[in-house]
Amino acid sequence: MDPMMEMFVFETNQNLEQLEQILIQSEKNGVFSAEEINDIFRIMHTIKGSAAMMVVNEVAALAHAMEDIFFYLRENKPKQVDCSSLVDIILNAADFIKKEINKLDAGEKADGIANQLIALTKKALADLKKANEGEKTENAAEKGTPPVTESVEKVAEKPLAASEKIDMEETINVFQANLLYQDDCEMENIRAYTALNNLKDYIGEEYHYPENILEDDQSVAVIRQQGFNICFTTSMDYAAVSELLNKTIFLKELRLQQLPDVKEWSYWPKETASVPVVEKQLTDAVPEAKNAKKAEVKESNHQSMISVNVGKLDVLMDLVGELVIAEAMVTQNPDIQGLELENFNKAARQLKKISGELQDGVMAIRMVPLTGTFQKMNRIVRDMSQKLNKRVELHLVGEETEVDKNVIEHISDPLMHLIRNSIDHGIELPEERKKAGKSAAGNIILEAKNAGSEVVINIIDDGKGFNREKILQKARENHLIYKNEAELTDREIYSFVFAPGFSTNDKVTEFSGRGVGMDVVMKNINAVGGNILASSETGKGCVITLKIPLTLAIITGMNIKVGKARYTIPIVSIRESFKPLAGDIIVDPDGNEMVMVRGQCHPLIRLYDLYHIDTKVKTVTEGIMVMVKTEKMTIGLFADELIGQQQIVVKPIPAFIKHISATRGITGCTLLGDGNISLILDPVGIVNRI
Amino acid sequence: MMAEEMLELDEDTQKDKYLTFFIKGEVYGIDIRLVTEIIGIQPVTEVPEVPEYVKGIINLRGRIIPVMDMRLRFKKDFLAYTDRTCVIVIEACNMSLGLIVDGVAEVLTIPEAEIVPPPELKAAQNKYIRGIGKTGSAVTLLLDCEKLLNEKDESVLLNL
Repeated sequence: MDPMMEMFVFETNQNLEQLEQILIQSEKNGVFSAEEINDIFRIMHTIKGSAAMMVVNEVAALAHAMEDIFFYLRENKPKQVDCSSLVDIILNAADFIKKEINKLDAGEKADGIANQLIALTKKALADLKKANEGEKTENAAEKGTPPVTESVEKVAEKPLAASEKIDMEETINVFQANLLYQDDCEMENIRAYTALNNLKDYIGEEYHYPENILEDDQSVAVIRQQGFNICFTTSMDYAAVSELLNKTIFLKELRLQQLPDVKEWSYWPKETASVPVVEKQLTDAVPEAKNAKKAEVKESNHQSMISVNVGKLDVLMDLVGELVIAEAMVTQNPDIQGLELENFNKAARQLKKISGELQDGVMAIRMVPLTGTFQKMNRIVRDMSQKLNKRVELHLVGEETEVDKNVIEHISDPLMHLIRNSIDHGIELPEERKKAGKSAAGNIILEAKNAGSEVVINIIDDGKGFNREKILQKARENHLIYKNEAELTDREIYSFVFAPGFSTNDKVTEFSGRGVGMDVVMKNINAVGGNILASSETGKGCVITLKIPLTLAIITGMNIKVGKARYTIPIVSIRESFKPLAGDIIVDPDGNEMVMVRGQCHPLIRLYDLYHIDTKVKTVTEGIMVMVKTEKMTIGLFADELIGQQQIVVKPIPAFIKHISATRGITGCTLLGDGNISLILDPVGIVNRI
Repeated sequence: MMAEEMLELDEDTQKDKYLTFFIKGEVYGIDIRLVTEIIGIQPVTEVPEVPEYVKGIINLRGRIIPVMDMRLRFKKDFLAYTDRTCVIVIEACNMSLGLIVDGVAEVLTIPEAEIVPPPELKAAQNKYIRGIGKTGSAVTLLLDCEKLLNEKDESVLLNL
């Protein structure tokens, strides 16, 4: 995709996100504040301008129609505004634009037709005008509503509308000039400014483009490419003006045109006119989107925010990973083992400190607050509660919690699913809620908090909760129950909802009940090394807890040795390790081994057995037992010895190995300090094998 | 413009060139465009639950690359690795793979006209031979790397 398009897609998506937030906020308040109107207007204007530039005409036309509404709201301040229906229309339109943008992003053509939406939007404007006509006729007539029929050309007019009153004296000639400078003259903006200054004494009103010749850094490029455009009124005739302008130094080409009337200015060339609006706003858009709060904040943050391609961060991350390994290779080099090197050790410590800080720094860059992901849920809650006639309030807690960019991408969809489920299955209709003695509006709390190297996200609703019996029955039908029903704990029962094809909803709705979903949620969360827990109290609601690692790239691991092979176990899943005594090991009649820890029995897995590794250490008392905890159970892994704890950079298993075998229980590999490779064990995968 | 031409030229100079190597006395060749480098044998980390001929993974300056013993792949007896043992690192189908061979011979130019298709034998190993190249009196078995990378060895998988 060409960079302009990429920029367009990125900016428009950000603008749309911001738009949604504003709309939902104003719908809640039941009124559009002046600031909100301005913001929406600006967003629409930006989208319109950039869409027109990228020749996405349907989007531009739709954005234009929406802009008109807010122009009307801004200028006429009508009293009767049906906020909610207006929000509906705008959100639908925003969805259309989003769809088109996604098409563009996927490299397809934006071929959607927005006629219907445009008609709807225009009708809304007409209705709005009608409703407010009575009280506002005079006002409206005075100011004049913006022309609705005109489409993209209106952008061209904009700057002019802002220019001062034309003073109509004597005979006035109107000129439009385009000054093109020589290719190598440099500092075009200063030259343009000089030319304008020279003219000043002779002319009346003038308008020029680029507008901010000296302040705007981009003006140089614009002038270089398109020339410097001036429109002005003067009492001089064509020859005099031409002579005056031709004096301009470094002038390559002058295109001077006399226009019959000031109004002809609207024939300002379209492409040049649409550019200023777009470019100016494009540069503004990033920080604005990030701090959709106060104008002052935007200003101060203008320079301190940059957007960086994630690919570049990934490269940086990889490099830092290599550096960490290389550092270990140097400081733990076998050649210097056992030597007394005071100065070397001092320097090595310094290096370690710096590389550690560098690593933290790079990780911090990749950390993104959950705010965006969380706020997206507002829209889902709104749409669904409307469609299902439920009243739901979403409370966001701890949305500023930061997680790795990669992780965020993986949890957005699952969260959406879970919220949908909560509304659809959890929250009852208002009447039912009243009967049950609850408030008419259901509450969903979406909460995030840090817990060590994990982020815990809770989705808490006060709906009717899981139906234990129904789940059990469904589980029976789907043959999911593998042990005595009476022995099932609540947690085990609730975990059935994450099984594929499981749905207790009797009827399939637009949102859920098809039984796809929860297992996908589970899969997505597992893919990032996370976990899901569900707990519930019938009639009171349920809590779904996601536990997600902060980052995927660097983890702390415990290196262990089995025969010649090295393995790494993520430290988060290790509970303890100890030298077992012969009496700790119990063998059941089937030959399955178990290890007894403080009166609890846990399955024992000998790694050399599991992976067919040749080792001398086969007696339990000679090796080491590492107790590894997963959600399902705790298991004992038997290894030869512990090597030590290390920060490891997770590298994926080579594609070829994945292709050729379905090794389970190994999630990746990493380089050890001595350059050897260690395989990272995945406790969940190992548990699933037994 | 220049770069493109250079690239084309570069591609051209590599066309019809084959890196030849030995496996148990036999001379094999692979398209030189797939070869990224040739290295001596490295310490190999074993990976569990892979076919026997996949010896494991090696650390090539921070990149982790699986290696395959070509002798075992072609069901010949294993030969202990020596100083002459080489790993040819190839890249195809977006995968990297190191081929452990007895030794590397030379780079040969074999024009397309000198390559004949392999005889239609039932012997399974012919699957990986794209053609037989003739250079003077000698013949070179040309490997089909894509097949080598993509085809799963069912017999081994079934054993697992």
